[in-house]
Amino acid sequence: MNASIAGALLLAARKLLTAFIQLLVVATLIFSVMYIMPGDPVLLLLGADSNPSPEAIASMRSQLGLDQPVLSQYFVWLWNALHLDFGKSLTNGYPVANYVMQNLPRTLELAFAAIIIAALIGVPLGIAAALKRGSMRDTVLTSIATIGISVPVYIMGTLLVLFFSLKLGLLPASGYTDISRNVLEHFRKLALPALALGFGLAASIARMTRSSVLEILGRDFVRALRAKGMSERRIIWQHVLRNAAIPIVTIIGLQLGNLMGGTVLVEAMFNWPGLSTLLVGAVSARNYPLVQGAMLAIAAAFILINLVVELLYSLLDPRIRRKRS
Amino acid sequence: MLEVRNLSIAFKTSAGLKSAVRDIDFTIRPGEILGLVGESGSGKTITSLGVMGLLPPNAVVTGGEVLIDGVDILKLPPADLRKLRGRHIAMIFQDPMASLDPIFTCGDQIVEAILLHEPIGRANARRKARELLEKVLIPDPDRAMRSYPHELSGGQCQRIMIAMAVACRPRIIIADEPTTALDVTVQKQVLELLRELNEEVGAAILLITHDLGVIYEVADRVVVMYAGDKMEEATTADLFAAPQSDYSRALIDSMPSLGREAERLPVIERDPSGRVLSVRPEPRVRPASSGPIPAEADRPLLEIRDLCKSYWVKPAPLAMPVEMCAVDHVSLSVAPRTTLGLVGESGCGKSTLSRAVIRLYKPDSGQILFKGKDIAGLSDKEMRPFRREIAMVFQNPYGSLNPRQTVAQLVEAPMVIFADDDAAGRQGRVRSLLEAVGLPATAAQKYPHEFSGGQRQRIAIARALALKPSLVICDEAVSALDVSVQAQVLNLLKDLQAEFDLTYLFISHDLSVVEHVSDTVAVMQRGRIVEYGTAAAIFGNPQEAYTRMLLDAVPTVGLVRGGKEAP
Repeated sequence: MNASIAGALLLAARKLLTAFIQLLVVATLIFSVMYIMPGDPVLLLLGADSNPSPEAIASMRSQLGLDQPVLSQYFVWLWNALHLDFGKSLTNGYPVANYVMQNLPRTLELAFAAIIIAALIGVPLGIAAALKRGSMRDTVLTSIATIGISVPVYIMGTLLVLFFSLKLGLLPASGYTDISRNVLEHFRKLALPALALGFGLAASIARMTRSSVLEILGRDFVRALRAKGMSERRIIWQHVLRNAAIPIVTIIGLQLGNLMGGTVLVEAMFNWPGLSTLLVGAVSARNYPLVQGAMLAIAAAFILINLVVELLYSLLDPRIRRKRS
Repeated sequence: MLEVRNLSIAFKTSAGLKSAVRDIDFTIRPGEILGLVGESGSGKTITSLGVMGLLPPNAVVTGGEVLIDGVDILKLPPADLRKLRGRHIAMIFQDPMASLDPIFTCGDQIVEAILLHEPIGRANARRKARELLEKVLIPDPDRAMRSYPHELSGGQCQRIMIAMAVACRPRIIIADEPTTALDVTVQKQVLELLRELNEEVGAAILLITHDLGVIYEVADRVVVMYAGDKMEEATTADLFAAPQSDYSRALIDSMPSLGREAERLPVIERDPSGRVLSVRPEPRVRPASSGPIPAEADRPLLEIRDLCKSYWVKPAPLAMPVEMCAVDHVSLSVAPRTTLGLVGESGCGKSTLSRAVIRLYKPDSGQILFKGKDIAGLSDKEMRPFRREIAMVFQNPYGSLNPRQTVAQLVEAPMVIFADDDAAGRQGRVRSLLEAVGLPATAAQKYPHEFSGGQRQRIAIARALALKPSLVICDEAVSALDVSVQAQVLNLLKDLQAEFDLTYLFISHDLSVVEHVSDTVAVMQRGRIVEYGTAAAIFGNPQEAYTRMLLDAVPTVGLVRGGKEAP
C-alpha cells in the first residue's frame, strides 16, 4: 500500500514539474510574440497622431523599461509574472492583474457550467446509445449527436435566445450580473451562454461515451463477468462504466481546456465580460501588458486543468498509477 | 449431469442463417474431464458459450437441448439462467489477463464472485477468497489479493480465474483453452491444478482445446469436432489407440510429436467443400537445388559471439532503473543450409536475439558474423546490402501483411525497395515465388483478407524469399496456425530450404515443432543459452535441468521418453 501511495505522490510531483515547465515555455512564447508583433507600444501610448517629441518617447521608454536589453526585460517580466504582477494597462494604468483576476473567474464559471451541462447530457445519451447498439434508439441518438457537433455555437446561441428569451420570455438574452448583487439573476444570465456552449460539447461527449462503452462491452472480462452470473445492470454500472470513464474523462478535460480560449464567440454574443472579451479588446487596442496577462492566464488555466485530468486518470486506472511511473 | 442433445447453433448473416454447429451431443458425468478438441472454426467455443447461455448477439440456437439435471436451460428465463452461472457452471477462459477487470484488485474480484451467489458478508468472503488462493497454490496469497491483474503473470492470473471458478463449488467447469496462452511449464502446473481440483471439488470439467497433447494427459473422454460437426466421441485411450474417424486420425498424425522422427508430416486432404478425404504423406513436389554445395559450406553462415543486449527497467516506481539483460553473452553458430532451433519460454530473450541479428536493435556488445563479416556495429547505410540476405517471417500472418496491398504488391515490395529488375521481371518473379509456396497464380491480385491463416503465412514466406536471402529468421512462424495447417507450412519450409539453399533460425516455444525442423538446437533461459547442441543430443539426452524440465512439461501423446513415465 505504501509503495502505491509513494508511487502516486511521485507521479503527481513529476506531473507538477512538467506543468511548470510547460507554463514557462508558454510564457516565453507569449513574451516573444509581443516583440515580433508590429507596432511600437510607446508610440501607441503617447498617441502616434500627436507627433510626440523624441524626449517624450525616450522617457516613456525608460519608464516602461523598454530601453533595457531584451533578455533583462524578459527576466524582469517573468519574475513579476511569477508574483502575479503583469504590469499596468497601457490605456488607464490600472494593474493588469486586477483585470485578469476580475475576468478569469467569469470565464472559468462559464466553461465549467458548459462542461457540466455537456457531461450531464452527453454521458447518459452515449451510454443509452451504446447499450442498444444498432437499434432505432441508437440511430436517432447518434444522428442528434452528429447534428449537435455540426451546428456552430453562434447558431445554437441564436436559436436559444429566440426560443427562451424572445418567445418564452424565460431567460434574459444577454448580460452579466455579479453573484454578490443578485444570485438568481446571476445564474439566469449564465444559463443561455452555458447551454449554447454545452450543447455542441454534449454531442462530442456522447459520441465518445458511446464508442468507449462499446469497446469495453466487447472486452473478454465482460464475458467472464457474465459467466460468473452477474446481472447485466451490475456489469454495466460497476465494471463497464468505470473502465469506460478513462477516455471520457480525457475528452471532458481536453474540452474544458479548449473552452478557456473558445468562449470568445459566446462571450461576445451574450455580452459576458470574461477573459476572452478582455483579450479581444486588449488586442485591438494594442494594450500589450493586458494581452500578455490575459494570454498567460488562459494558458495557465489550460495547463492546470490538464494536470487535474491527468491526476484523475491515475485514480481511475491503477495501471497508470503504478506502471508508467 | 450435463447433457447436450442435438445442439445446433447458427450465425445470423445478411444472407440468412449460417450454420456453425450441427447436432452436437455429449454428456458429462460427475467428476469427469471431457475433452472437446478441434481446430479453429470447428465450433468448439461457440458450443461452450451455447451451454452457458452466453452466445454473442449474432448467434442463435436453432435446435436441441442443454439439460442440467434434466432441466433444459435453453428454456429458462434469463434471471434463472444467471443464477446457474457461476454457481452450477463456471467458466475459465483462454486469456486470463484479459478476463479480469483491469481496474479492480484480484481479491475484490474473487470476493465479488463469492458474494454474487453466497451472501456470507464481506469479511467472510475475503477470508474465503484467501483460502481459495492458497488452494490454487498462488505464491504469496496476501499480495495476490491486493494486486491488480497487470501486476501478476499470465499463469498467476489463470490461477485467480480458477479460484474464482471454484469459489461456489460449481458442478461443471467449462475451461476454454485454459493453457493456450501460457508457457509449457506453467501449462503443466495449471493442468495439474485442474486435475486436483476436479478430484477434490468433484466438479466435472469440459476442457476445450486444440492441443491433443493436453487432451491426452488430462481428459477421460474426448469429443472431436470439425467444421461444426461431431466427428467422434471416445475414451481418451481409445481415441489415441484407434481413432475411428478419418479426421481424428489426420489430426493425430499431422501433429509433430516429441521423439517421433519424420522427414515430412502427413497433411489432411480435403474436398472443395472442406470435408476430410484422407490423410496422406505430402510428397515433395518441388525440385531440390541442383547447384553445387557452396564452397564455404564448412564455414558457418551466421556466427554470434558474446552478444549482449539489455534494457533499463524500473522494478518499482521509486527505485533506480536496473539493467535487465535480455540477451546475455550469447554465442551460437549456424551452418549453411541447416536449421538452428531456438527454444525458450516467453520473456527468455529469443525474440530480442532475433531482432538483434536482423539489426532491428543495435546490440550492446559482441559480434554478429554473417558470412564472416561482423554486422553488429554497422550503420543503417552499411547494413543495407546485408538486408537482402536476411529475411524474417513473423508470428502473426494477420498483422504482418498490409491489408491495403494486393498479394502481388506485398511480395514485390522488397524487390521495389532494392530496385531489382524491371516491372515485368518483378512480375515474373512474383509468379514463380507464389508457385513455390503453393499458391495459385490467381492469388496475386487478391488481398490478404481473402486468405486463410495458413495461406497468409505462405504469402509472408514468399515475401521473405523475394530477394533470394540466404538466412531466414522464423519468429514463431507456425505458432498461430492450426495443427494441420502447421504441418503444411512446416513441410513447405523444409522444401524451400532444399530448393533455395536456405538457412533457418527457427524460433519457437513449441519443442515438438523445433525437434521436427531443427538440425541444431539452442535452449534459452533468462537471456542465456543454457544448452546447445544437435537436435538428437538435446532431445535424446538433455544435460541441463532446465532443458529436462521443459521437455518434461510438454504434453505428449503415447510416448515414453527422457525418463518420463507414460501416463
